[in-house]
Amino acid sequence: MNEDLKYEINKDLLKITLSGDYLLYDNQKQKSALYDVAKNSAINKIAIDAKNLGQWDSTLVVILFELIKIADFRKINIEPKSFPQGLSSLINLAFAVNRNPPSPEQKSSFSLEAIGAWGYDIYKSFCKGLAFIGQSIKAFGKVIIGKSQMRGIDFSFALEACSLNALPIVSLISFMVGLILAFVGAVQLSSFGAQIYVASLVTIGMTRIMGAIMTGIIMAGRTGASYAAAIGTMQVNEEIDALKTMGINPVDFLVTPRMLALVVTMPILTMWSDIMGMLGGGFVGVTMLGIPIQKYYEMSVNAISLNNFLVGIFHGFVFGIVIAVCGCYYGIYCGRNADSVGVSTTKAVVSAIIWMIVMTGIITVICQELEI
Amino acid sequence: MSDDTKQIIAEKLTVGYGDNILLKEINFNVNKHDIFVIMGGSGCGKSSLLRVLTGLVPPISGKIFINGKNFTGTNQQQKKQIMQDSGILYQSGALFSSMTLAENVALPLQLYRDYTDEQIKELVSLKLALVGLAGFEEYYPSEISGGMKKRAGLARALALDPEIVYFDEPSAGLDPISSKLLDDLILDINHSLGTTIVIVTHELASIFAIGNNSIFLDGTSKSIVGQGNPVEMLKNPPNETVYQFLTRGKQKDAQKTK
Repeated sequence: MNEDLKYEINKDLLKITLSGDYLLYDNQKQKSALYDVAKNSAINKIAIDAKNLGQWDSTLVVILFELIKIADFRKINIEPKSFPQGLSSLINLAFAVNRNPPSPEQKSSFSLEAIGAWGYDIYKSFCKGLAFIGQSIKAFGKVIIGKSQMRGIDFSFALEACSLNALPIVSLISFMVGLILAFVGAVQLSSFGAQIYVASLVTIGMTRIMGAIMTGIIMAGRTGASYAAAIGTMQVNEEIDALKTMGINPVDFLVTPRMLALVVTMPILTMWSDIMGMLGGGFVGVTMLGIPIQKYYEMSVNAISLNNFLVGIFHGFVFGIVIAVCGCYYGIYCGRNADSVGVSTTKAVVSAIIWMIVMTGIITVICQELEI
Repeated sequence: MSDDTKQIIAEKLTVGYGDNILLKEINFNVNKHDIFVIMGGSGCGKSSLLRVLTGLVPPISGKIFINGKNFTGTNQQQKKQIMQDSGILYQSGALFSSMTLAENVALPLQLYRDYTDEQIKELVSLKLALVGLAGFEEYYPSEISGGMKKRAGLARALALDPEIVYFDEPSAGLDPISSKLLDDLILDINHSLGTTIVIVTHELASIFAIGNNSIFLDGTSKSIVGQGNPVEMLKNPPNETVYQFLTRGKQKDAQKTK
């Protein structure tokens, strides 16, 4: 059974008597009252009598630790009496090293300085991003003139990872998207007997933009994240330092094969996604809307236009660059602890998706202007 | 800077990150064939100094000469040339996890030597055998122990027959036996190949076993407070901090009164 903290003020003396057990002491009200008295009453001495102290644990040590700090701050005497050896040692240990760490920089939440610092951070990040894109372009140039330190085997592995290995998930998601497009379209179109146009809707939707966007989102979550995590982990394990000290450019060695692989495979995956989406739409059209398979095929083929198809492929190509740049950039600039790998991976995926949407907007406006 | 006996010369070197200066205007030399130990308490700037010596980060000010060539004031291409004469063993080994041990060791050879595949294969086998990893060519880093990773990292660091090998806390995370074996290996490499060794460590057993020259960095004064052979430094410690460091916290004055 825990005893309560007993204290009394006798003129200028605060007398605390510890008797009985203090195990897992949790009377916060009594503790606060004692601290208040120690802080605010007109005393010049604190006497703590532990003659009848029974069992105790850290919850008692923490009270004594706080009291000593208050006494130190107020420059009043503290007189421990009959403290058990262990308790005295622990308190001495707690005060043994006082490094006085520097107080954290006070930052005002809203000030001209804070706005300036925020703006400067954005400017620096922007410059860093541009520098990375510049290095990547230079690295591509080296590949073209045959002076790159990129290893063919790394390119082959990256190619396999973002083509063959990505096919099942791209196929499944694209099939489902085609299926959903057909369902949604059918609800409206069938109300005025035009369900046959489901084929056109799915075909145009998938080839023009949906195929590229779905592939982009899948690849950002799958491959972009894996790039950031793999390169980030290499940063944590000092592998990138090792490359640099061997005179190997990490952009040539790590970024180029991955970027090249994604730029090559994204347009192909987009085409594949278009086909799978159309198959998904066809499944709904044939099995649920009762459209003859031959008719659905004819309608789909008629709806494919070269412009739509090429715009979709171009989207895929641009998304490939965006995903690869975001994944590799956040990997290369990852911090040096395990937590930063997670942060980098998240940032890589989020920024890739944001930039894909931005690029889609830009391409759409350009296509509109060019009447494509 | 053309003193033939000096492999590395650091002149008025200031090391730090931005406004945070860790070491201020330090001077030291590493002689050829030395086993040079950089020691000091935690946070005194040992690893940062190593990062500057290996060209990973530039110094705030000052110069480093390696084999008489200015390492700090040179362009990236020349720096790369100078770095080919040195190898580095990182704390974790820093092996490329997607490559086998043979591929790890072969990488610098493929990049910087015009050897045939057969020659590279033979050299890789030799380097791995030198560090006691013969037969482990096709293993991946994830399949071997921490001590073996460091040995493999050392084999990679030795791939180009460098004149200088840097070690960043080689004994960290190793059991005493593995640590001793690694020390023996460092001594063997130094004796047989004449390689200059620069080690950052605070492992006392290693310092006394292998170091023949050293500097002691002090984080408070941001300077070198002790220099010379570690055994001699223990006999005539320049100050209390160095003595306590080299004796695991013994008080020098208390020692005298005994």
